[in-house]
Amino acid sequence: MAVGQNVLRKEGFEKLTGAARYVDDITLEGMLFGKTVRSRIPRGRIKAINFDPDYDWSRVVIADYRDIPGENYVALIENDQPLLAETEIRHCEEPILLIAAESKHEAEIAARHVTIEYEEARPLLTMEEALSCEDIIYGSDNIFKSFLIARGDVDEGFRQADHIITGEYRVPHQEQLYIETQGMIAIPGEDSLTLMGSMQCPYYVHKSIKQLFNLSDEQAIVIQTTTGGGFGGKEEYPSVIAAHAALLAHKARRPVKMIYDRAEDIAATPKRHPGIIRHRTGVRSDGRLVANEIDIVFDGGAYATLSSVVLSRGAIHSPGPYRCDNIRVTARAVATNTPPNGAFRGFGAPQVTFAYEMQMEKIAAELGLDPLELRRVNMLREGDVTATGQRLNWSVGSEDVLSATVENSGYVEKRRKISQYNNGPKRRGIGLSFFFHGAGFTGSGEAKMKAEAGLEITPEGRARVLTGSTEIGQGTRTIFCQIVAEELGVGYDDVEIEEPDTSRVPDSGPTVASRTCMIVGRVVQFAAREAKEILLRFVAERFGEADAQLIDGWFIAGGKRLASFGEIVREYIKLYGELRAFARYANPPGVEWDDDTYTGDAYPVFSYGAEVAEVEVDMDTYEVTTLKIITAQDIGRAIHPLMAAGQIEGGTLQAVGYGLLEELVWERGRVVNNRLTNYIIPTSLDAPEMETIIIEKEYPHGPFGAKGVGELPMDGAAPAIAAAIFNATGAFMHEIPITPERLMTAIENMSATRAIDNPDRQ
Amino acid sequence: MKINFEINGVVREIDAPPMKRLLDVLREDLCLTGAKEGCGEGECGACSVIVDGEVINSCLAPICQLQGANVLTVEGLSRDGRLDPLQQAFLECGAAQCGICTPGMLISARSLLDVNPRPTREEIRAAIAGNLCRCTGYIKIIDAIERTATDL
Repeated sequence: MAVGQNVLRKEGFEKLTGAARYVDDITLEGMLFGKTVRSRIPRGRIKAINFDPDYDWSRVVIADYRDIPGENYVALIENDQPLLAETEIRHCEEPILLIAAESKHEAEIAARHVTIEYEEARPLLTMEEALSCEDIIYGSDNIFKSFLIARGDVDEGFRQADHIITGEYRVPHQEQLYIETQGMIAIPGEDSLTLMGSMQCPYYVHKSIKQLFNLSDEQAIVIQTTTGGGFGGKEEYPSVIAAHAALLAHKARRPVKMIYDRAEDIAATPKRHPGIIRHRTGVRSDGRLVANEIDIVFDGGAYATLSSVVLSRGAIHSPGPYRCDNIRVTARAVATNTPPNGAFRGFGAPQVTFAYEMQMEKIAAELGLDPLELRRVNMLREGDVTATGQRLNWSVGSEDVLSATVENSGYVEKRRKISQYNNGPKRRGIGLSFFFHGAGFTGSGEAKMKAEAGLEITPEGRARVLTGSTEIGQGTRTIFCQIVAEELGVGYDDVEIEEPDTSRVPDSGPTVASRTCMIVGRVVQFAAREAKEILLRFVAERFGEADAQLIDGWFIAGGKRLASFGEIVREYIKLYGELRAFARYANPPGVEWDDDTYTGDAYPVFSYGAEVAEVEVDMDTYEVTTLKIITAQDIGRAIHPLMAAGQIEGGTLQAVGYGLLEELVWERGRVVNNRLTNYIIPTSLDAPEMETIIIEKEYPHGPFGAKGVGELPMDGAAPAIAAAIFNATGAFMHEIPITPERLMTAIENMSATRAIDNPDRQ
Repeated sequence: MKINFEINGVVREIDAPPMKRLLDVLREDLCLTGAKEGCGEGECGACSVIVDGEVINSCLAPICQLQGANVLTVEGLSRDGRLDPLQQAFLECGAAQCGICTPGMLISARSLLDVNPRPTREEIRAAIAGNLCRCTGYIKIIDAIERTATDL
């Protein structure tokens, strides 16, 4: 049995000895180093590019948009982002020119001898400016994409409501801050191009390179090197840096390595979309939600990139895991003159989760209801219907996660006690959040993608997984091998995984959207099943045993061992040549989505989570310490419980950073704190003790019952902490991160309001 | 400038510009790519190595300061292709995910256990506070160090 066991990580030895080869650890013969010259202004036109005549330009290779053999765009959804700016500049740090030199240092020096003259235009830097339409930078209204989700009759719902509660919530940019910065090596061949580097999605890079260089599927080869974290940040951007390195390599006819330093990585690459989310909720006196009107605005930045799909996920998750018959969600992604925002773990959901959970907290406070009870009254349960009309037919762990979290945290008791002792300079608070996350692409994405994966049985009697899904730390290599071992009936150590190289593995879709385990893992399971059936048919012919089974590496019939897996494989391959089986994803029967009406099954299934945070607030400095987080998450069957817990803990701490610490400071469209000294992520001293409870409501169409786990943990911590701060101080925070400055302002405003309400008490 | 120093138990002589960073000497001159560059300014700890018993950020150390020094990098932890108990505990506890912070994290943990073989969880947190990890939430790293200390 391999599934459910905490087997050792496949690539663990290499990672623990320093032997794992990340892209910057690789040096090739004759390799040059690439550097990007970027825009210093947020909007305008390039008037002239001047090369200092005192610098010896024969020392370097320079490339600009005119060197691109194909069309000048980065292939994604809209294809609106140029690989290199031609004349128009739409954001700071927009790439304009590329330089390759014998050393990193030389490339830096050369870049300093380039000056660019601009004709500046007034930039649109905020969502409000974009929506005002005083100036148009995209389409006719600065809107990349809008969605409407409508269910029931909202106006009628508000008429039935005893109370109408409104709230406006603001969420910031967040930097993925993988510890390994973006990096790529391009190697020009006779009539091919090979890219190797840090990435989540080799086939995204493949698609982009093919278009830009007019290459066939076979001529573009993309290989993922050991990748030092992604979190969404290496979903779409690697296509850009890969193509930059490739363009230099193409021109220089030598390998080119590009590695961003931290400052460039933070300043120039995509971040989590900031947003403004407004809720207007109709509630009956007993707490039942009867009308829910939500408006979402996300800042897409200067190019459309992934904003439409981030927005879509945000819109679908925005009513939360709550039942309401009358819902209207309007969602818009707007264009601004800031670097494009993109994928980051959660992909629109953490933004809306902060908003809907704070709204629940607000409703409870205004109606004098218990926040826990309010969740219980409204939570989606099996058989209930979501905003898009999706009936939840299977694997609904909502009550299970809430109960487990509440019981294990002692939430009720602690909340009662805390309220009695909170007058000192340090106040304690406890807060709750409840959330869900759909795994896999939204809507018809998976049905269209038809992800492919395969299994090869080698002559040595080993099973080798063939997949474009990548290991980025989350455990892909390990769990896929577990799934194969379990399905095939061989040992975990007899299963290995092919290097993610587009010339050797099929397109399993991108490694995003909590889809690797649930969607691709299922395909891997089917490929293993297919391979097993081929071998069992062979055994049936060979031994005349139609009922043979493959168990623990032996073909067995009637309680008797017929032959070992290795023996049969050798015989089969001798007779028929190679043994490879492939499978493709198809949605489970009945899972359907209508793109035109935006209704149907938004995801095949949801994962559920509940979280309790305990905080201490220093009333002199307004610093918040997260003391403890207890969370229960329903992720279906945990293929590897230890790694699943690791996903939950890691995602939760990123969300603690989102809620309390992480803030990008912008000046005229440019990040000014693009360093680790001033963009603060949680250290070991900021990390609370965590207790993680895994709830396994098996999903009948996932591999051995598994659902998605990657993103769910990113959703719950920010609102749980904000609820705990509210509990501790009475300050209701509409905006994150809750920095000491922001909390001080809120508490001071609160005292001012109280002073006005009760002038006698001054 | 010629520099003689001991690296993972082997005396080496290298010829490098005096202000070349120890990190670059390790990675470029000695092909020891275990130490990583995450920020280049001493914040992330991915480049941590032990020099004469103290953990330092090798991105901040010019090689001219290393004359005669004794340096331990992640490559010096395992012996004969076998993981040492700390590495083994990291593997078993799930303390390494993407692995990029792991070499520096192991170095800080090794250094802690050398001077304090029975640290509390709070002492462990303090010892690795200069090593940023974005994957794990630190819990399993702390677990692994604690387990090593208990098993020693």
